[in-house]
Amino acid sequence: MSDDGVTRRAVLGAAAAGAGLALAGCRKQLVDEFVSTRLAEMDRDQVRRFVGELETRYREQYGRDVHVADTPAEEGVLFAYGLDLDRCNGNRKCVEACVEENNQSRGGTGHGAPIQWITVLEMDKERGVDLDHANMYYDAEQVPREGHFYLPVQCQHCDNPPCTKVCPVEATWKEPDGIVVIDYDWCIGCRCCMSACPYGARHFNWTEPNLPAEQLNPEMHVLGNRPRMRGVVEKCTFCVQRTRRGLYPACHEACPTGARVFGNLLDPASEIRQLIERKRVFLLKAELNTRPSFFYFYG
Amino acid sequence: MSFLRAFAAFTTGSIRVVTRGSVAYFAWMAALLALVVVGAIAYSGQFEHGLIRTGMRDPVSWGFYIGNFTFLVGVAAAAVILVIPAYVYHWKPIKEIVLFGELLAVSALAMCMLFVLADMGRPDRLLHIVPLIGNMHLPSSLLAWDVVVLNGYFYLNLTVVTYLLVSWFRGRDPDKRFFTPLVLFSIPMAVGIHSVTAFVYNGLAGRPYWNASILAPRFLVSAFCSGPAVMLVLLQVLRRVTKLDIKREALSKIAELMAYAMFVNLFFLGAEVFKEVYSDTHHLKHLEYLYFGLEGHTALVPWAWTSFVCNVAAFVLFVVPRLREKALWLNAGCVLIFAGVFIEKGIGLVVPGYTPSVLGEIYEYAPSTTELLVSAGIFGIGALLFTATTRVAIAVVRGDLRLEAETQAAAA
Repeated sequence: MSDDGVTRRAVLGAAAAGAGLALAGCRKQLVDEFVSTRLAEMDRDQVRRFVGELETRYREQYGRDVHVADTPAEEGVLFAYGLDLDRCNGNRKCVEACVEENNQSRGGTGHGAPIQWITVLEMDKERGVDLDHANMYYDAEQVPREGHFYLPVQCQHCDNPPCTKVCPVEATWKEPDGIVVIDYDWCIGCRCCMSACPYGARHFNWTEPNLPAEQLNPEMHVLGNRPRMRGVVEKCTFCVQRTRRGLYPACHEACPTGARVFGNLLDPASEIRQLIERKRVFLLKAELNTRPSFFYFYG
Repeated sequence: MSFLRAFAAFTTGSIRVVTRGSVAYFAWMAALLALVVVGAIAYSGQFEHGLIRTGMRDPVSWGFYIGNFTFLVGVAAAAVILVIPAYVYHWKPIKEIVLFGELLAVSALAMCMLFVLADMGRPDRLLHIVPLIGNMHLPSSLLAWDVVVLNGYFYLNLTVVTYLLVSWFRGRDPDKRFFTPLVLFSIPMAVGIHSVTAFVYNGLAGRPYWNASILAPRFLVSAFCSGPAVMLVLLQVLRRVTKLDIKREALSKIAELMAYAMFVNLFFLGAEVFKEVYSDTHHLKHLEYLYFGLEGHTALVPWAWTSFVCNVAAFVLFVVPRLREKALWLNAGCVLIFAGVFIEKGIGLVVPGYTPSVLGEIYEYAPSTTELLVSAGIFGIGALLFTATTRVAIAVVRGDLRLEAETQAAAA
């Protein structure tokens, strides 16, 4: 899946050639028999087979035609996000678009609260960015409220992610194009990553998620918006199913104020690079050295 | 006769010891068993519907289960650390103190593992963390390290107690060359399990309440209080029912050491409070929530002060020689210290770390009925295990359970 995975396979292969042959073989057998394989360890063929199985499963489950992509990261691409705090007016259209695009649980009786990957915080202008006085339960019909500004928070796709390093089973990792992803079939639900994330970006399926068939987005990615199950963690993937096809993330498209900027940090002509060149940006909780790929700026 | 055959005889003998006893004993065991059944029923509901059955939600994503886990790691660690003063002060029945300390450690660790299991969103994927079969994320994940050291410590203690008991059962002196290195190794391991568990929290820079260097030292000193508290009560029981020469001075000395540990614990707390209050940054919020409540959310406040009062009272009882030498005050101190540290670690450590959340939200966590019942069930399993193994150990130490007698009985 990732470069990391390739190297690990190469190492495994070398080990198999040597004294590790018996061990590696034994391990493979055990893995096949008892547990699924980690996505990060699958080769392209295995991933394709797995994706095929997923498509069949979802077709049966939802009675709809679905497509599960397994598009890998493209070389020379490093995704980054920009958000203009002068423009954002807290209308929460991004939140709605994200939920629809990414097949989040709609919640309801027996399904707990709805899951949302973007949290928009309402803040006092006189206090500046002060999370202690932020309000995430404001009424989106009443915005913008006098004396307030709005700060959307989602996964910051950190360059030094505190969440991936704490995972005891390596079910979450950073892809070469900068997207932090989760293997929903490998996650054991210990929630260490949720404790580690300084941005509250990770969400847990406390019970069976509620995703009505007619609301299912059939265009999926194996590391992105495919339906999740009870007991696993999920979060923003920069809409990996869209952005790896050259589309903007759903939140970017839905934003009516044009507050959102997205692109390839390695492309000097990209809007995000231009933004960093021309505006002064700031990072949320920069002091924690998480080095987010999410840049906030003013106008 | 080989070790294995002796072990088989030991097992049958042990089963006999455990299945016989007074009415009080059976009433106690039946009560524990009932607790376990209730816990199992509660857990089956959680297993079916998910962790939604708990009070935990996204802003407070760990709760009572992980708090209990943390507390019991301390109990497991400290019971073994008692070996150090036993050596230093030449307490006579040192092997016995080792034996019962490690038995307590084994039961506490079994409960620790069950609490982690109860907290997992996907217990069906437990194998994912087993090396070779799954994928253990070393060296980066502290939780993975915790699994390594807890399992290591569990099997280490299990080996030592099994070896000691079977040796005495066979009427032989345990071979010092075998068990002394293991006992000595279990001491740094005891410190290790506690430190690594502290580091699971400590390493999270986004949670300032935990991201304080005082955390691991505070874990250790508070464990020095809670673990020996259980041991003190147990040693008094042993004095009654066995011929073990456990001197009153030894008990008093343990209480004195606990008083010093509690003093250091309270001093560390003071250091933490000073730093937060005087610097008055955003980080103060968590401590404020614990001791005074935030914006009308005061669920933890009575618990926090109860814990503080218990700890201070126990310190006074144990530091004054005249008080700690009286059985009544000694045992009262043990109960107070156990309760104080249980609240401190079980509730006071985990929940304020999440309140307010990283985005400033205040979600007031309280354990649900399911969490309380499942936890009670796990404590029931631990108590069953500890009662049964202690009974066997007492029978062996008293000489009631011996290989010779077993073989004669089998022959007859």
